[in-house]
Amino acid sequence: MAGEKTVETTGLLGWIDRRFPLTSLFKDHMSEYYAPKNFNFWYFFGSLAMLVLVIQIVTGIFLVMNYKPDAKLAFESVEYIMREVPWGWLIRYMHSTGASMFFVVVYLHMLRGLFYGSYRKPRELVWIFGVAIFLCLMGEAFFGYLLPWGQMSYWGAQVIVNLFSAIPFIGPELAIWIRGDYVVSDATLNRFFAFHVIAIPLVLIGLVVAHIIALHEVGSNNPDGVEIKQGPKDRNGHPVDGIPFHPYYSVHDIMGVAGFLIVFAAIIFFGPEMGGYFLEYNNFIPADPLKTPPHIAPVWYFTPFYSMLRATTADFTWVLVAGAVIAAIALFLKGNLKGIMRIAVPVVLLLVAVLLRAIDAKFWGVVAMGGAVVILFFLPWLDHSPVKSIRYRPTWHKYLYAIFIVNFLVLGYLGTQAPNPTFNLMSQIGTVIYLGFFFLMPIWSRLGTFKQVPDRVTFHAH
Amino acid sequence: MIKKLLGTIALSLVCGVSVAAGGGYKLDHAPDRINDMASLQNGAKLFVNYCLGCHSASSMRYNKLAEIGLTDEQIKKNLLFTGEKVGDLMHIAMTPQDAKKWFGAAPPDLSVIARAKSTTMGPSGVDYVYTFLRTFYRDTSKATGWNNLVFPSVGMPNVLWQLQGPRSLEHVTVHDVAQADGSSQWERHTAKYDAQGFSEIKTEVLKDYEGSSVDKAVLSSPDPKQIAAFDNNVADLSNFLGWMAEPMQLQRKQMGVWILLFLSFFLLVAWRLNAAYWKNVK
Repeated sequence: MAGEKTVETTGLLGWIDRRFPLTSLFKDHMSEYYAPKNFNFWYFFGSLAMLVLVIQIVTGIFLVMNYKPDAKLAFESVEYIMREVPWGWLIRYMHSTGASMFFVVVYLHMLRGLFYGSYRKPRELVWIFGVAIFLCLMGEAFFGYLLPWGQMSYWGAQVIVNLFSAIPFIGPELAIWIRGDYVVSDATLNRFFAFHVIAIPLVLIGLVVAHIIALHEVGSNNPDGVEIKQGPKDRNGHPVDGIPFHPYYSVHDIMGVAGFLIVFAAIIFFGPEMGGYFLEYNNFIPADPLKTPPHIAPVWYFTPFYSMLRATTADFTWVLVAGAVIAAIALFLKGNLKGIMRIAVPVVLLLVAVLLRAIDAKFWGVVAMGGAVVILFFLPWLDHSPVKSIRYRPTWHKYLYAIFIVNFLVLGYLGTQAPNPTFNLMSQIGTVIYLGFFFLMPIWSRLGTFKQVPDRVTFHAH
Repeated sequence: MIKKLLGTIALSLVCGVSVAAGGGYKLDHAPDRINDMASLQNGAKLFVNYCLGCHSASSMRYNKLAEIGLTDEQIKKNLLFTGEKVGDLMHIAMTPQDAKKWFGAAPPDLSVIARAKSTTMGPSGVDYVYTFLRTFYRDTSKATGWNNLVFPSVGMPNVLWQLQGPRSLEHVTVHDVAQADGSSQWERHTAKYDAQGFSEIKTEVLKDYEGSSVDKAVLSSPDPKQIAAFDNNVADLSNFLGWMAEPMQLQRKQMGVWILLFLSFFLLVAWRLNAAYWKNVK
């Protein structure tokens, strides 16, 4: 057989394998992908995020078949799906609950990475692709939320698009360009629909593939932060502390899927609005461009970032100025920057300090909100601790993580509430804690007494 | 006389409410009758007769009422008045433009009003409707001659007034009023509206007042039996609006039980399957 490659498989599979690396792909990513055997509960959320992505895509396809992206028809077409399309209500609730649950599992998945140092060398790209996925997810959720064309859809989009008008010089024109109109309108709905169903999902799927390819290239981290590839190997050259992903983790993840689906179904069938957090009650009122709701709050998964946006008032920029000046002085005197950078970085920071007062605080609110997400990209280089896993960090590091988590939840709660002076102060403190956690990480992450990291992973047979 | 007095006391107990500072009128809890077909049918009848003149329910088809036990024949005979077909959506003839001219605001579509009026982690929209429809009082200072405790200065008149009968209101509020010189003083406002809507409003300054702010409204009726029947009808109507906001909710919950049972069984199988594979991992 001239030109055909020799393969181990026979029959139909052999025919395919001579033309497409099916068996070797399956081996590389499933049956011979060796993952550490000590994964715990936190390792369910990666596969669950994949599951929710599939749920969103499949339910989304069916929704698009019945939804009308038209400002005059959109609201009623959603009710049409709820009432007249066979099983439409189930599809719609799966999609709306799926949106919130996507953020639940992704937040927990990210927290796992934070706990066990899964972003550290050599997994920086796995993390960066992951943060890019998170950004896409936020875009996807934002564009999708306009589609039901309720009051919250409309005014939420209005508020967020208006943020762009805070950018100096180009802002107002930029906001009009994004909306395609002077207010959120049919033109906006149509372009958001295009982004929601085509543009962002394409990018999202591409990034998920990149995330997994990068992961399988370097191998999974684990709760001990120990590299199994550097540990002992069996006679086939596979790490002793690793087990094939399939069947061990495929059956394990099916168990996680079953547990997740119980929670998912309980919400869909018994409380799809989740008390007004998953489906906001105001969004059952059709969008009315002439009637601004008294209280506009984004959906819960955006509220921590929304809090940081609202926290950045003109007074609060003084705090940020102080932060920038102190950082400039510290970096100049104590930092280990070399050559021109030793001057340049502090100068840039001082310039930022001046601009913080020169430009409207609203702009810096947008910067704080965006920066709170963008800073995650730099996590691999902010963390200087000698160990990866939280297990071998000083005890007070664990308290820092606890404060960070509680702070994030409090910011989230504050973002759902109407502003008042006490809450504003709390969200300002929260913003400082959030930003401080990351900006000071290069310092605090190496302080304290670290515990001895074992040579092998800790594992107790089930 | 005794009857009247008892009625007043009974109503004072039912309707006497205080309002949390900053919030709106505290909503009564509507009776849960979502599984009661007779209540839903009575609610549908009241809805079509009293609400559908001005409010549409444009996502709702008449024959969807089959799900609460009404046949096409019953719907045609009792609920279709102006030549609609049984498969039609509940539209109305009044245009939003006319409505705006006549009432100051277009009456909202009621398809999902019970969901729209729910509060996050708070009272449901059914509670809202139930309280709203039971807190109208005569007020001659308003264009329609009616006012409402839940929705002050509402454009909607009390369309259920014949069912409700005459009622008077005593509304007492005590609050801290800022003065021009920057200080503040406690004041008590007492507003009494008689059954015809004529009011008597009194404001007194309270010296050395030590309490917190008060907002107490007492609606009184001469006929407690009529009010009990009225409350019952409003409960059915609110119940119907709650059902109409999501007609599949009964099926949804029934189905959910089976799905959770299946998933629990699936979890059990997945758990044992996992254990069978993992017993060899040392």
